[in-house]
Amino acid sequence: MPDGAEPVLDVRGLKTIFRTRGGEIHAVNSVSFHLRPGELLGVVGESGSGKSVTMMSLIGLLPSPPAEVRAGEVLLGGRDLLKLSPRDLQAVRGAKVGFVFQDPMTSLNPVFNVGNQIMEPLIKHMGMTKAQAETRAAELLALVGIPDAKKRLKSYPHQFSGGMRQRVMIAIALACDPDVLIADEPTTALDVTIQAQIIELIKELRQKLGMAIVWITHDLGVIAGIADRVMVMYGGQVVEQAPVRALFANPQHPYTRALLKTVPSLTGERAARLEVIEGQPPLLSGVPVACPFRARCAHAHDRCDAENPVRRAVDGKPVGQGHDVACHWSPEVANG
Amino acid sequence: MLSFTIRRLLAAIPTLLLISLVIFLLVDLAPGSPLSDIPLTVPPEVRQKMLAAMGADQPVMVRYVLWLKQFFWIEPLYGIDALFGTDFAQGAQRIISWQSKVPVFQIIGERLPQTLTVVGTAYLIGVLIALPIGIYSAYRQYSWFDQAGTFFAMAGFSVPTFFTGNILILIFAVNLGWFPTIYDTNLTVTDWASMKAMLLQMALPVTVLALFNAAEISRYTRSSVLENLGQDYVRTARAKGMGEGKVLLKHVLRNSLIPVVTVIALGLPTVFGGAIVTEQIFKINGIGAALIGAINVSDLPTVQTITFIFAVLIVMFNLIADILYGILDPRIRYD
Ligand SMILES: Nc1ncnc2c1ncn2[C@@H]1O[C@H](COP(=O)(O)OP(=O)(O)OP(=O)(O)O)[C@@H](O)[C@H]1O
Ligand SMILES: [Mg+2]
Repeated sequence: MPDGAEPVLDVRGLKTIFRTRGGEIHAVNSVSFHLRPGELLGVVGESGSGKSVTMMSLIGLLPSPPAEVRAGEVLLGGRDLLKLSPRDLQAVRGAKVGFVFQDPMTSLNPVFNVGNQIMEPLIKHMGMTKAQAETRAAELLALVGIPDAKKRLKSYPHQFSGGMRQRVMIAIALACDPDVLIADEPTTALDVTIQAQIIELIKELRQKLGMAIVWITHDLGVIAGIADRVMVMYGGQVVEQAPVRALFANPQHPYTRALLKTVPSLTGERAARLEVIEGQPPLLSGVPVACPFRARCAHAHDRCDAENPVRRAVDGKPVGQGHDVACHWSPEVANG
Repeated sequence: MLSFTIRRLLAAIPTLLLISLVIFLLVDLAPGSPLSDIPLTVPPEVRQKMLAAMGADQPVMVRYVLWLKQFFWIEPLYGIDALFGTDFAQGAQRIISWQSKVPVFQIIGERLPQTLTVVGTAYLIGVLIALPIGIYSAYRQYSWFDQAGTFFAMAGFSVPTFFTGNILILIFAVNLGWFPTIYDTNLTVTDWASMKAMLLQMALPVTVLALFNAAEISRYTRSSVLENLGQDYVRTARAKGMGEGKVLLKHVLRNSLIPVVTVIALGLPTVFGGAIVTEQIFKINGIGAALIGAINVSDLPTVQTITFIFAVLIVMFNLIADILYGILDPRIRYD
C-alpha cells in the first residue's frame, strides 16, 4: 500500500464516555488512527480496553444514553460522521461501512430468513427492486462460500451452523460494497477449524473486493498472518501503533511486550509458557491524568503517575504514519 | 402444521372429557335442589314425580353419560338442522334447563351475542391500544410517557372491574347522565338513532373491560419489546443502516409479538370470566348473567353446559396460541 494514499477513514481525537450511576466511564480517550484504501488494520488489547466501543462510536452504534461521543472527528470520504444527522448517518451504515460482530448465533434476526436480511441493505442503500436484490443476495451468499445459495436464501438463521451464520453476516456487511469493513472479533465465537476458514474467506474477499478492514481480535497469531498495521489499545487509549513487522520485531510499550510474550510460540519449544499479565485492568472513571498501565508496569516511574504519555514516533516518521508509542519509558534507552 | 393441528385437536378430546367429568361432579356436589323454590306444601310423591320428569332423580353417572351424548351428538344435530333445515335430530331429548324448561343451547344462543358484542369489542379495543402503548413505552423507557403508562397499567390492573365500573357509572351515567345506567338487551340496530343508543350503552362496559385488558397486554408488550431491544440482532439491523422505524416495527416487533400473541390468545377466555362481573354491574343480560342466574337456582344442566363451554374455549384458544406461535417463530416446527 503506498504510504501517501489518502486514508479512507481518518479518526482524530475520539473520546467516548458512558454516563452511569457511578459517574462517567471514560471508555475511549483521544483515540486517533487512520485506514488507507485496501489496508487491514489489526486492533488488539485485552478485554475492556475499548476496542468495540471505539469502532461502534464511529458510526453511532452505541446506545445513547448512556453513551456519548464527546470529542473527535471521524472523516470518511471527506465528511465528518460525528456531525451527520441521524438520517445521513444511516445512509453511511451498511453502505460505506460494513460491520461484522462477534457472535453469529445472536447477530441475525431469528424470525426472518437470511435472504430477507441480506436484501434489506441492498433495497435501502442501492435502491434495488426486490427481484434485483434477491439475485444480488444469492450472488453474495455464493461469494461467501455458501453452497446452493439461491435455495438457502429461504433458510432461517437457526438452519445454519455458527460458521455459516458468520458467512451470512459477512455477506450482509459486504452487500453494498463498503469502503470499510469493521470485523469485531469475527472468529472468537467459532471452533478453531471454522476460525481458519473465516479468516481465509476474509483474506480472499479482500483480494477480490479491495475494501479496507479493521480487524479486532485477541489473537496476535491472526494479526501476524493478515494485518498490514497493528494498533494496540489499553485502558481506552492507543498505546502503540506500527506496521505489523515492526511491532513484532521491535515492540516498544511494556504492555505490547507483555502481550507478545503471552502468545504461545508455534515454533518454540513447549516450555515457552503463556505469561499472564499480572494485575487488574484500570478503572476508567475520570479523565486519565496518568499512564493507564502504570499499576501493572515493571518500568513505571514517577513521571508515569504524573503525566499521561502522548504518542511519540519511534522511527522518525510522523505519529500515525510509522511506528509510534505512548510511553515514558523506552527499551533502547533502558538497554543503553 | 396441518398434521400438528389435527394431532392437537385429537389430543384435546380426552382433556375435554376429563374436564367435563370434573365439572359435572363438582357442580353436582354443590348444595341446593332444583325444587328449592317449590312450596313445602307440595307432597313428597309429587316432588319425586317432578324430579323424575326433569331426569334429576337418576344417579349422577347416568346423568353424566346422557349429558355427554346430548352435548356432543344431539345438540350438534340440532345445530345442523337449524342451519340447513334438515331433520337429523328427529326430536331427540335436548339438554333442558331445569329452571326455564327450555333447551340450554337456546338460552346460550340468546345470551351469547350480548356478551360477544361487549367482550369482543372491549378485547379488540384493549389489544389495539395496548400494543402501541407497550411498544412506545419500551422504546422510550423511563420517559414521561412510559411512567404514565406504568401508572395507568398498574391502576387498571390492580383496581377490580367492579370498582372502576361502579365509579364510571356513578360519574358518567348517574351524575352527568351521558350514558344509560342499564343495558337494553332488546335493542337492535336498525337506524342511526338505535346505532347511537347501542354505542352509548356499550361505551361504559367496553371502557371498563378494555382498560383492564389493555393494562395487562401493554405490560407484556412493553417487557417483551424491552427484552428484544437489547438483542444483538437489533444492533445488526442498525449497523445495516435500517431506520429506527424499520428496526422497531419490523425486527423488534415480530420477535416481541411471539409471547404477546400467546398472552392475547390465552387471555380471551378468561375475559369471559371477567365479563361475568361486568355484566352484573352494567346489568347486561349476557352469558355471564345467565350462568349466575342458573347457579342461584341450582339449574345444574345450565351451569354444567355453560361452564363446559368456557372450558372448551380455553382449550381452543390454547391451540390457537400454539398455532400462532408456530407461524410467527420459524424455530418452532411442529412436524
Ligand atoms: N453500556 C455500557 N455502560 C457502561 N460502560 C460500558 C458500556 N459498554 C462498554 N462500557 C465500558 O467500556 C469499556 C470498553 O469496552 P469495550 O467493549 O470496547 O471493550 P473491548 O476492548 O471491546 O473488550 P472485549 O475484548 O471484551 O470485546 C469497558 O471497560 C466497559 O466498562
Ligand atoms: Mg469487544
